[in-house]
Amino acid sequence: MERKPIRLTVNERTHDVVCEPNATLLDVLRDLGYTDVKSGCEQGDCGACAVMLDGKAVNSCLVLAWQADGCGIVTNRGLGSMDAPHVIQEAFADSGGVQCGFCTSGMVIATKALLDRNPDPTEDEIREALSGNLCRCTGYGQIIGAVRLAAARLNDSGSSPASSQSEDGREADSASRLRVSGDASPHGGEGREPDPTDHVPASDRAAKDDGEASSLREEGREHNPADHVPVFDEQADGGDGAC
Amino acid sequence: MTLPAFELFRPATLDEALQILAETPGAAPLGGGTCLLVDLRHRKRSVDALVDLGRIEPLRAIRIDDGALVLGAMATIADLLDSPQVMESAPVLHAACKTFAAPLVRNRATLGGNIAHASPAADAAPPLLALDAEVELQSPTGTRRLPMADFFLAPCQTARTDGELVTAIRIPISNGTPSWGYEKIGLRKADAISVVSAAAVRGQDGGTVRIALGAVAPVPIRARAAEERLGSGAWSAADIAEAARLAGEEARPIDDVRGSAAYRKRQAEILVRRCLKRVAEGGEARGA
Repeated sequence: MERKPIRLTVNERTHDVVCEPNATLLDVLRDLGYTDVKSGCEQGDCGACAVMLDGKAVNSCLVLAWQADGCGIVTNRGLGSMDAPHVIQEAFADSGGVQCGFCTSGMVIATKALLDRNPDPTEDEIREALSGNLCRCTGYGQIIGAVRLAAARLNDSGSSPASSQSEDGREADSASRLRVSGDASPHGGEGREPDPTDHVPASDRAAKDDGEASSLREEGREHNPADHVPVFDEQADGGDGAC
Repeated sequence: MTLPAFELFRPATLDEALQILAETPGAAPLGGGTCLLVDLRHRKRSVDALVDLGRIEPLRAIRIDDGALVLGAMATIADLLDSPQVMESAPVLHAACKTFAAPLVRNRATLGGNIAHASPAADAAPPLLALDAEVELQSPTGTRRLPMADFFLAPCQTARTDGELVTAIRIPISNGTPSWGYEKIGLRKADAISVVSAAAVRGQDGGTVRIALGAVAPVPIRARAAEERLGSGAWSAADIAEAARLAGEEARPIDDVRGSAAYRKRQAEILVRRCLKRVAEGGEARGA
């Protein structure tokens, strides 16, 4: 397989990376340090890897990195930071919509996609919008509550989701009630201490060496969270070929 | 599990794509990738090369042409949901798209991919069969159109040859909004593969009805005996019940993890009866 240079703009930061044709967008994002994008089922069932790709919420495991060449990507971390969380992120924290946190990044992205189009969704609409995002802590009640809270706060503040955050969420605090504690943060920081600079991804290493992506990818595999996620076998039963 | 190795081509034009397909052994077209990439990852399929059709903008167009609603093969399910033309001229397809996977998948999955993949449970298939749609296939030597019913051959097998691409789905536009009904049973209300689905469409002139079933046979099927039983003109409740019974008989389902054959057969009858009732009532109760 021949490697190819591609350009991704992630949370308003541009990366030139070289990758193989079978690398997924998920692989490359995690290699670049965007570990808020989670690798779950890797088959489009769980939504943990959801990102905005040119404004559309997609499963990054189902996009080849080359297909994203030249595209703009926003991850959960790009929506807001610890200091200036996005209204949606804050609502997840305030509602107890975060338990283990693994699904949260994808839930936040799916919620943003919903509220961008439908600022005042019904409960059925919320459930449908999040139907491709699985929470194995089974905290759906609080998650749905978080979406309702986010919608209410966005509507109260008179700002639409689209205008309340720029791509990196810097404007989010204009519509937010800032929390003091970061304990229940939806921040996708892999258990690190909150870092005020974290909205700038730790991607310098990728910028300095294009070839690093591939080796990083292999390292990442050792910690593949998919190992700890129940198998999603609905599409693999092969019973009637309804694959 | 990582994706297997493959070459990836990203042509900018249809001609270029057809040429690559013709010249590259083991090449397969890549639509939205929501099925194909998963199958590759699980080694259920193998390819030497993928020809990504995502850069060929005309393949994504939705337009009216020569009395037909023409849906580009690379139109995503989300594109169809957003299209006023689909809502106006093919509301039964619009209703099916609302039940298609989850929003994240709908932003990638394409209509052409759903049809070309040819799952017996393909959500778009029953509406397209009931709409009497045609599949447009293009090869380096020309274009041909096949009735949807002739396109599906077996589970995941179609009449498309290796050198051909599904370029569009053509839906004849009838005068006025046709009456229609759509029903789907999944294991949950959203993001579920269909256990049984049914669609029925009847022109505004009260002519014959077309009835289609999904996930109850090796391919999505028309329920022809049921259609013939109804014919044109007004239907009594007994007519509808009898036609639905015939549709249930036409179903040839299997047992699998999502449902038993007996359950599917019974539900096929029930779903067709519901669809026909809705058609008889004017058929705009849902999804429009």
